[in-house]
Amino acid sequence: MSDNAAFVPSLIGSSGETLREAFGKALTAAAAKYPSLVVLDADVAGGTGTHHFRRAHPDRFIQFGIAEQNMVAAAAGLALAGKLPVASTFAIFALRAVEQVRQSIAYPHLNVKLAASHPGLDAGPDGASAQALEDLAAFRAIPGMTVVSPADPIEMTKAVTAILDYNGPVYLRTGRSPARRIFDESYVFELGRGRIVRAGGDVTIVACGVEVARALDAADLLARDGIAARVVNMSTIKPIDEALLVACARETGAFVTAEDHNVIGGLGGAVAETLARTIPSPIEFIGVQDVFGESGEPDELAAKYGLAGPSIADAARRAMARKGRR
Amino acid sequence: MPDLQTRAIDIRRIAVSLIHGAGSGHPGSCLSAADVIAALYFEELRPGIDKFVLSKGHACPALYAALYLRGFFDRAALGSFRVLGGLLQGSPTTTIPGIDATCGSLGQGFSIALGLALGLRQGSDAAIGQPRAYVMLGDGELQEGEVWEAAMAAGHYQLGNLCAIVDYNKMQSDDLNAKTMGLEPLDAKWRAFNWNVQMIDGHNFAEIAAAFANARATTGKPTVIIANTIKGKGVSYMEGVPSWHGSVKLKPEEIRQALADLGVPTDRQPEYAFHV
Repeated sequence: MSDNAAFVPSLIGSSGETLREAFGKALTAAAAKYPSLVVLDADVAGGTGTHHFRRAHPDRFIQFGIAEQNMVAAAAGLALAGKLPVASTFAIFALRAVEQVRQSIAYPHLNVKLAASHPGLDAGPDGASAQALEDLAAFRAIPGMTVVSPADPIEMTKAVTAILDYNGPVYLRTGRSPARRIFDESYVFELGRGRIVRAGGDVTIVACGVEVARALDAADLLARDGIAARVVNMSTIKPIDEALLVACARETGAFVTAEDHNVIGGLGGAVAETLARTIPSPIEFIGVQDVFGESGEPDELAAKYGLAGPSIADAARRAMARKGRR
Repeated sequence: MPDLQTRAIDIRRIAVSLIHGAGSGHPGSCLSAADVIAALYFEELRPGIDKFVLSKGHACPALYAALYLRGFFDRAALGSFRVLGGLLQGSPTTTIPGIDATCGSLGQGFSIALGLALGLRQGSDAAIGQPRAYVMLGDGELQEGEVWEAAMAAGHYQLGNLCAIVDYNKMQSDDLNAKTMGLEPLDAKWRAFNWNVQMIDGHNFAEIAAAFANARATTGKPTVIIANTIKGKGVSYMEGVPSWHGSVKLKPEEIRQALADLGVPTDRQPEYAFHV
């Protein structure tokens, strides 16, 4: 096995806390350690969690109004002036500023973080127009970008510190609905490293964000049939943990990827690209199947669009059935 | 010490020569902007304190010429403009000595300058002498929505340490601004966004200097200098002809004529062949 030792998570159920709240509180706590940290908002601080930072550090909070393109390019200017800017909005509006991220932040490789809440079907009842299903793909395709999607509030808290310590552009995906607890306080987040959160040798489920908890549901379902599914929390989507994927290919021989995102270009794409180059393996892709969503609660949407545990378990069986087949 | 007029002419000579040597570039935009760029780099900007963003990044040959004349890089570097592996990229990048911001996609440099002004501002902007951010925009660039997002924010934050210059040569890639997407009334637009607005002749050094002095003395508001300029200024066949916005290739007889118009006699023109 790789040096990612199998990790047994403490599944305490819902933490009651959302990834966005954990993000906002972690940023606020980081203010003292990072004196150049400034937080930028486009009129959604109450939604992204940055209202915590605004309350604690109003002089380091910059409001841009509903103008994401300007906010993102101005973040580049603030970085050039020696600040450490974290710009935050909803994922769907971050997509408005993809070219600003590419041109003004990533091309000069500036130390700017873009944090986006309300991604994917997790955005819920606001419907398809609010559900960003393309952000991981868009930001992953930009040279030099690091893309991170933590799974629970504890990982989010540790990821915030890690990306502030990292010198370069990062896209951080948070979340809207209360998140299930995956990790305990002993968890160590490492940028660029996946983590086995459930041991198993029959198939590997690689997940990120809210789908990690659903992948664990799938592993429970599969266990009833005597199938030992390994679950990997791949919270850094770029650069992806190739060594861990190669080890999983050798040790399990079949994959499912699971993400609250279109199945094109996100985590599934990253895993497939890596395995195609290294150890070609059967892969099934869980995510939104290249369609738009609709209004509904996140769990209802996950069930309808095939992102819930039973769908992941079915995909795992299909992937296993393809082992050794040409 | 050569005067600004001499500097500006040298910037024009070098800029058109770079474009000729590279086989492509935007001469009209460089020539209209050259006088303001000369004033910025040989009079206004305080090295190590103030920042300049060329938001109309396609005019970078004029900026590269100014940086060369200020000694940021040597003559050999000029020959790398738009060349594979070269230092001087087709749009400004922070990898180039003296370049304060990477630009090239219109509108974004203005937001970057806004961020610079916010980040450099030290307490109240009533503190005269604090670091300033300067940004030059093209007139066609003002059609980008992001420009007005940034203009609104700069007015809102009363950024007295931000100075924008609009190179108002009335032309853009395809045609006249007025035929493409009209900008007028332009001064009223900026005033409505809470800016201090000055309209000047962008080829008159006394007016340029006075406008910069006015901007420096203005607190509580950003300043925009709307510099009325002539596209292609200084080269007879380019002046007022939109097609020289281009990314155009200058033929041998065209660069000869351009340099002659800019006062370089035929026998001295080889001095301006920077590309090997």
